[in-house]
Amino acid sequence: MGVIARVSGPVVIAEGLEGAKMYDVVRVGQLGLVGEIIRLVEGAATVQVYEDTTGVRPGDPVENTGQALSVELGPGLLTSIYDGVQRPLDVLKKSLGDFITRGFVAPPLDEKKVWEFTATAKPGSAVTPGAILGTVQETPLILHKIMVPPGVSGTVERLASGRYTIRDPIGTLRTATGSQPLTLTQRWVVRIPRPVTQKLAPGIPLLTGQRVIDTFFPVAKGGTACIPGPFGSGKTVTQQQLAKWADSDVVVYVGCGERGNEMTEVLATFPNLTDPKSGRPLMERTILIANTSNMPVAAREASVYTGITIAEYYRDMGYDVALMADSTSRWAEAMREISGRLEEMPGEEGYPAYLGRRVAEFYERAGRVVTLSPEGRPGSVTVVGAVSPPGGDFSEPVSQNTLRVARVFWALDASLASRRHFPSINWLQSYSLYVGDIEPWYREQIAKDWVGLRQKALEVLQKESELQEIVQLVGVDALPEREKGVLDVARMLREDYLQQSAYDDVDTYTSIAKQYRMLRAILAFGDREQEAIGKGTTVAELQKLPVRSKLSRMKWVPEKDLPQFDAIETEMNQSVAALAGGA
Amino acid sequence: MAGAKTPAAPGVPVDYRTIDRISGPLLFVREVANAAYGEMVEISLPDGSRRQGQVLDSRKGLAIVQVFGPTMSMNLTSTSVKFLGEVARLPVSDEMLGRVFNGLGEPRDGGPRILSETQLEIVGNAMNPYSREEPSEFIQTGLSNIDVMNTLVRGQKLPIFSGAGLPHNQLAAQIVRQAKLKDSSENFAVVFAAMGITSEEANYFLREFESTGALERTVVFLNLSSDPSMERVVTPRMALTTAEFLAYERDMHILVVLTDMTNYCEALREIASAREEVPGRRGYPGYLYTDLATLYERAGKIHGRKGSITQLPILTMPADDITHPIPDLTGYITEGQIVASRDLQRRGVYPPIDVLVSLSRLMNQGIGKGRTREDHRGLADQLYASYATGKDQRALSAIVGEEALSATDRIYLKIAERFENEFVNQRPDEDRTIEASLDLGWDILSDLPESELKRIKPEFIAKYRVKRAA
Repeated sequence: MGVIARVSGPVVIAEGLEGAKMYDVVRVGQLGLVGEIIRLVEGAATVQVYEDTTGVRPGDPVENTGQALSVELGPGLLTSIYDGVQRPLDVLKKSLGDFITRGFVAPPLDEKKVWEFTATAKPGSAVTPGAILGTVQETPLILHKIMVPPGVSGTVERLASGRYTIRDPIGTLRTATGSQPLTLTQRWVVRIPRPVTQKLAPGIPLLTGQRVIDTFFPVAKGGTACIPGPFGSGKTVTQQQLAKWADSDVVVYVGCGERGNEMTEVLATFPNLTDPKSGRPLMERTILIANTSNMPVAAREASVYTGITIAEYYRDMGYDVALMADSTSRWAEAMREISGRLEEMPGEEGYPAYLGRRVAEFYERAGRVVTLSPEGRPGSVTVVGAVSPPGGDFSEPVSQNTLRVARVFWALDASLASRRHFPSINWLQSYSLYVGDIEPWYREQIAKDWVGLRQKALEVLQKESELQEIVQLVGVDALPEREKGVLDVARMLREDYLQQSAYDDVDTYTSIAKQYRMLRAILAFGDREQEAIGKGTTVAELQKLPVRSKLSRMKWVPEKDLPQFDAIETEMNQSVAALAGGA
Repeated sequence: MAGAKTPAAPGVPVDYRTIDRISGPLLFVREVANAAYGEMVEISLPDGSRRQGQVLDSRKGLAIVQVFGPTMSMNLTSTSVKFLGEVARLPVSDEMLGRVFNGLGEPRDGGPRILSETQLEIVGNAMNPYSREEPSEFIQTGLSNIDVMNTLVRGQKLPIFSGAGLPHNQLAAQIVRQAKLKDSSENFAVVFAAMGITSEEANYFLREFESTGALERTVVFLNLSSDPSMERVVTPRMALTTAEFLAYERDMHILVVLTDMTNYCEALREIASAREEVPGRRGYPGYLYTDLATLYERAGKIHGRKGSITQLPILTMPADDITHPIPDLTGYITEGQIVASRDLQRRGVYPPIDVLVSLSRLMNQGIGKGRTREDHRGLADQLYASYATGKDQRALSAIVGEEALSATDRIYLKIAERFENEFVNQRPDEDRTIEASLDLGWDILSDLPESELKRIKPEFIAKYRVKRAA
């Protein structure tokens, strides 16, 4: 037991904590506020407190729990909503009312709920870390695998199927140090990555149903992506679209220092959305972590670690997990705020000198891996981080440090957003370093010409930006007809392909098969157009063709009606040929 | 309620005469046993007057106190500091409606003090995100530009980003005057907090409230530019605490106007530099985002409670720079922004709101069938896109001449003109219904051929499109 010597906002200095270790969790003051030791100087421990410290005074007690900040992992995580230190917000509401008061501790998982456990390991069998002991159907979408925790191995003494709460022993394990009870849960320290056997190369895309992403700038399963953009450019909508439609098994959504009403929107919409594959509510595969901007800053710092640890846990079961962090800038700012209170020597723009290291360490926890398991189960964690650069200036430290490690860059563009081109991902600035890794998959799963089509579309858009510079000087009419044709196709690509409404029932999600048909149709029109121009037809005439409005409404063709595209392509070929033939 | 519980102070309050340093708005008090972080203090000056302050940093034997008010005529020997053993609280009651208070919540209108058993801590606890209700009720402001393009909904925080010399006060007053739900006359009240504005501006607002009979439904907190700047740090918290009481205990719908947030942030910077903190961008403290969030996030609605808090903060962007830390951090917290444009002001357009950089993030929840009208989303998108194209053509025609534009481009050019002069532009007393605003929007687009209306669903084009008489 120690005593407080100083209080300054979320930072408290305690004296007399014997045997305190770095990152031990402590309880501060009479209310028992949760904090974490972040610096030790002879006789004094500096603590960052996860709750508001108003009213805390020197002389108040500080108690060391001796444990590092950890999360409890087990059935019941899915569909939950937690704050940054895994306190369940729905339980908090029931116990505390509509406002979060301090010093309250609630178990992260429902201790009363009874789960149907099916044992798969046999008593007497030898098990190693990651071995599956049995399963629990956590939600209709996800089968929760109960695993031997990392660092534990031995022989199963007793294990029986049955109905258990997370506190009941389900059996025992004989280890080198004696017999130890098994339960449905395990704990893990959030700041330490869960171990894996081996990291694998990326090779499978994470399909998101978002055309600009899947077609042009795909992220691989187990990959890393960042979305920097000024406010109002659509970061949050893009993140939420990914959380809704990405074809991962489990989604962890971390609302880190963002708006309360946005989390409410997620809570209100997710239970009503259904997974396109299974038809089940999306909430059944989702875990939300909400540490809104007005909630304590130190818990915001912890929230991304809490999120990624939960993501790694489901990866270890063999699932593909996607983690969205919105926004990592708020996480970095939390680090800056605490660093400032510690009076550390600042690096760039007041951020601590270790910012780059922390950002890199966080993204490094992503990956497609062979999990720590006897049979070498594969699994993956994909990390998508939003960045909120001040003034939309990408040269600031958080954006730069993120770009150094993330392999996909979706550059959000305020000028696109201001003309309501959504998603406002700039196709000239953005990049994906996974395209080469995924290429074989594309050839096999979509079509042989997909990679070529994609490349051609990008070239048209690049050409458009060059032509626009000339148009700025001389006007459109001064361009030769062939160049006008390029501008025409580029405009179709922008408006009829890249623009995608998150709020339209059909347009919100486009399967990769439909993306292929749409892209092929637009580029084929471009080819026919150039041929017709060669025969003397003008772009203005081609723009008047009735098939054009069908092309621009392709995005609204329902997924089940894909054969319609054959008719559109036939009509297109015939009508352009007729026009050119008549000219 | 939002007020938090804080452990009581041990023992009787003691007067300390141990100030060993006064620096800017800060007092360094020695030999203090155990001041609580955030504890209120009362400072007695040699001339017998008293001021309030708050503990910013507390250690064994030293408390750093921030004074709400000038430190003028304080000295080291005969000024005493009394630690009150509790954090800042505000007595709240229904009697506050129609009253004017200063920045610290004391009566400014000569009326009696508010006596109430309900005393709330002004630093509210964070609302549990799980308790929030999604804001979805459309508020009609009567301004086409806001109602159609950047719709305001109940429980939203939508700031006005303005600049020196732009009519943001007139605009705010018009919104307060005209704001109503489509079909309801529910309990509605305004909480107005002024931070560092001039007495002329304050009088303008008071006159506006009075002339429309809104004053008895208004609670005013006034901190004028001549008042102590340190009070400004507390003023918005007083206002929001009052708003929470009226909204969640009295089932009222509260519109909170906070002006001018720039002055608030400058007061924060003053304290930070007096404390010799490591500065963030442009000298503002690194926790400016967190601090602003604790204000703005107090807007919203709660499941199972009738009232709501809608916020309309006003801030002036230094040198019209939207990337300045104050508008920048505000924009990252609020649910959109209404941006005033000097360019439109020069063209004589009122209200000079630049649609292209303005945004309402909660718009989608508040519009559409059953709320405004089914064609609203598509029409708004089409107007945006057409106006943006028209403005591009305007820039282009300045270089190459209007003749070099294609026929379609010339239509867009005309749409941009009409959009500014007929749609955005309206009289300060003109209150348009949402239907009138939407119809006007269709009228603006009437010259555009149907094939250009890519943002609108075909069935709505068929139903609502206005055909120009040839």
